[in-house]
Amino acid sequence: MRHIISMADLTVTEIDELIATSQDIIISPVKYREACRYKKLATLFFEPSTRTRLSFEAAMYELGGQVLGFSEASSSSAAKGESVADTIRTVCCYADIIAMRHPKEGAPTVAATHASVPVINAGDGGHNHPTQTLTDLLTIKLEKGRFEGLTVGLCGDLKFGRTVHSLVHAMCRYPGVRFVLVSPEELKVPSYVKIPLKEGSVPYEQNTDLVSVLPELDILYMTRVQRERFFNEDDYVRLKDSYILTPEKLAHAKAGLSIMHPLPRVNEISTEIDQDPRACYFRQALNGKFIRMALILKLLEVSV
Amino acid sequence: MNIDSIKNGIVIDHIKAGQGMKVYDFLDLGKLNCSMAVIQNASSNKMGKKDIIKIDSALDVDLNALGYIDPNITINIIQDSVRVMKYHPELPETITNIIRCKNPRCITSTEQQLPHVFRLTDRQKDEYRCVYCESRASR
Ligand SMILES: [Zn+2]
Repeated sequence: MRHIISMADLTVTEIDELIATSQDIIISPVKYREACRYKKLATLFFEPSTRTRLSFEAAMYELGGQVLGFSEASSSSAAKGESVADTIRTVCCYADIIAMRHPKEGAPTVAATHASVPVINAGDGGHNHPTQTLTDLLTIKLEKGRFEGLTVGLCGDLKFGRTVHSLVHAMCRYPGVRFVLVSPEELKVPSYVKIPLKEGSVPYEQNTDLVSVLPELDILYMTRVQRERFFNEDDYVRLKDSYILTPEKLAHAKAGLSIMHPLPRVNEISTEIDQDPRACYFRQALNGKFIRMALILKLLEVSV
Repeated sequence: MNIDSIKNGIVIDHIKAGQGMKVYDFLDLGKLNCSMAVIQNASSNKMGKKDIIKIDSALDVDLNALGYIDPNITINIIQDSVRVMKYHPELPETITNIIRCKNPRCITSTEQQLPHVFRLTDRQKDEYRCVYCESRASR
């Protein structure tokens, strides 16, 4: 039995297999329609994340399985002070697999030590969110057909955005990948994220100006610059607009650029861009369902 | 200064001067009934000054955990007044409930009954990380 708490729980080969399974699901969905019949997925969301929860639930339904669970802590026994360990031991009596989201870092690790069924981390605070990274990888594969030789721009909050860190880590093992890290000084990538880049001699540049680097990019991964990350309001107001993607800025980009965003978006991508074929964030959300289907199949050891 | 030599027990030697009581607390030696000596600022050829702890009893604790405090400590096991073993404690792979995770976002901050477990993530750098949130342990 396996748990997926972080990307480190998957080998490179396994990640490639999950992507291959997802691609097969996209081509032949009917084949998978009954794959998890009579199996139950528990979605234990100790903090709300509608998007991630619906993605997991849709994935299980499309595999012919059933779903049970709760969508916020107040509607669960956690509100009465029950420990994660006890909740998990109880849920294991009813479900075949668990997807868990929790505001505290490391809560899924606690869950995994007490679980008799596989646990998938659906996000633990700002710590790990492996199914988001898998979603991002699948999206790049589908949009570009490859990982090798891509110039990947990451823009916005690169300091606190763990999703971005995890993607850098996952992408830097492919030959010819180059990173362009675009952020305000205050929100630069922390040094430990750059260690795998330096060790693997992966080329990267850091820049504060999005427009000047846009022409080089094959992928632009946008993240939100949040007000609460700044010490003072003036800095936030001064900087926020430089990290908003608009049609005017996009005019500088390649015709083959892929614009990604983990969603939800606030204002960092202008809605006018949604119609542009280069915008792939809603396709990315759809891919999240396919990769979660592949992951559920793998952990339930179902072969189709 | 003379301390009777021990028959069956442990001599923890080459403790950095001033750290003796830390080791004493760490091993929770206060709970033992056997005769015991904590020698502070003993002269040492190698170290100038050092602390030593002599315990006249076979201890049932993982002395390797001392490697976390100081890997230069020497542990001598004495049986029938003869030293049968001498070693330096290695950095333990995991340490449990010795240091606490200080990350306020860590699950250990809300679930009081959880053991605080740290895993050795880099032996060269002597780096331990919380098994839950992966925060680095601060000394
Ligand atoms: Zn912790």
